[in-house]
Amino acid sequence: MNRFVYSKATSPRDAVRSHGKSTKAKYLAGGQTLLPAIKQLLDAPERLIDLSGAGLEGIDVGRKTITIGAMTRHADVAASEQVREAIPGLADLAAQIGDAQVRNRGTIGGSVANSDPAADYPAALLALSAIVHTNARKILAERFFLGLFKNALKSGELITKIEFQIPTTSAYEKFPNPASRYAIVGVFAANFDQSTRIGVTGAAHSAFRWMEAEDHGRGIKNLSNVGLDQSTFNNDIYASATYRAHLLRVLTLRALGRL
Amino acid sequence: MQIQLTVNNTVHRLDVPDSALLVEVLRGQLGLTGTHIGCDTSQCGACVVHVDGRSVKSCTMLAAQADGQEVITIEGLAAGEALHPMQDAFRNCHGLQCGFCTPGMIMSAVELVQRSPGLTEAEVRKGLEGNICRCTGYQNIVKAVLEGASGMNAPAAS
Ligand code: FES
Ligand code: FES
Repeated sequence: MNRFVYSKATSPRDAVRSHGKSTKAKYLAGGQTLLPAIKQLLDAPERLIDLSGAGLEGIDVGRKTITIGAMTRHADVAASEQVREAIPGLADLAAQIGDAQVRNRGTIGGSVANSDPAADYPAALLALSAIVHTNARKILAERFFLGLFKNALKSGELITKIEFQIPTTSAYEKFPNPASRYAIVGVFAANFDQSTRIGVTGAAHSAFRWMEAEDHGRGIKNLSNVGLDQSTFNNDIYASATYRAHLLRVLTLRALGRL
Repeated sequence: MQIQLTVNNTVHRLDVPDSALLVEVLRGQLGLTGTHIGCDTSQCGACVVHVDGRSVKSCTMLAAQADGQEVITIEGLAAGEALHPMQDAFRNCHGLQCGFCTPGMIMSAVELVQRSPGLTEAEVRKGLEGNICRCTGYQNIVKAVLEGASGMNAPAAS
């Protein structure tokens, strides 16, 4: 493991200032991806800026939206009565991330900033028309996830909170890799007054909305003829692209069936 | 850097490297070798301890991040000579073979029961997803956790 200098930010502003857009600095949220990456020499930042003292945790429920602070742990989202009442699919999703110990440390902001193609939250962000708030601006989820571990964040830009639209109903269906607990495919479906939205993770290089299936909406019994662009689907030792496409259809039907 | 850790109810002021993992400080500096390191990839759970009442992988947390917090390791569970009910249940049910995963299993199990006292066998299996037993003795581990749960929930003998 490479050595680094640790500091603890006392506010979002303090964190951004001490990061200073340096390519050598990284924010440390829950550390459940970053620290293993550093241990395995996949990453070697020279400075880590801990966000745990920056006051970024908390869940705020409004009339139309739920806003979750970037440093809120997965276990707290999973256990929140307010989240479960307003967006049950989101509480369910949080309860399925990693394992109990990962959920006790891992944070929503860290997961979103990392933009792992198999992370759970991105599916919910897309299905729930979420807005990613940063120190500098607000970014619509659809403009946020841009590819394999790629997103719209600029160097030093800090996620402060995520704002979700409250749907009328929601459900998350996931087929986890039994070893890593990441999604081989995960589907978040949500009904709003006028529309159904489907967010998909794990299947492709980046989380995406399956709009062709959204058009058919609730009540659909068979998705085999619905268009699906598989050009960026993941094809690896765990599952072929074809298998993932099949899983996606099965899980989407299940999720829609629970709305 | 200077940190303060309360470990098993004893306050320690320690000078640690910024990049030291909590598990390294527990084992190397404090000699608490009951907490194990079973992997490099944060997947095995042999290193689980409680930090401010939550089970965490001490190999995936910096000692610096635990500054000012309360850590309980497997050494801190027993009350003197009297084993914690979960430790007792692991012994009773033969919930260990080589014993390497056991400290982590027990620390995870204790938090699991504290959070959901009336848990079912399925919930135990789900709750231990983060702990791997290389001897694969899961049947007896699950049995032990269920017995440990009844022990923990029983009114304390006075
Ligand atoms: S040593 Fe394996 S998870 Fe910590
Ligand atoms: S008892 Fe040997 S690893 Fe679990």
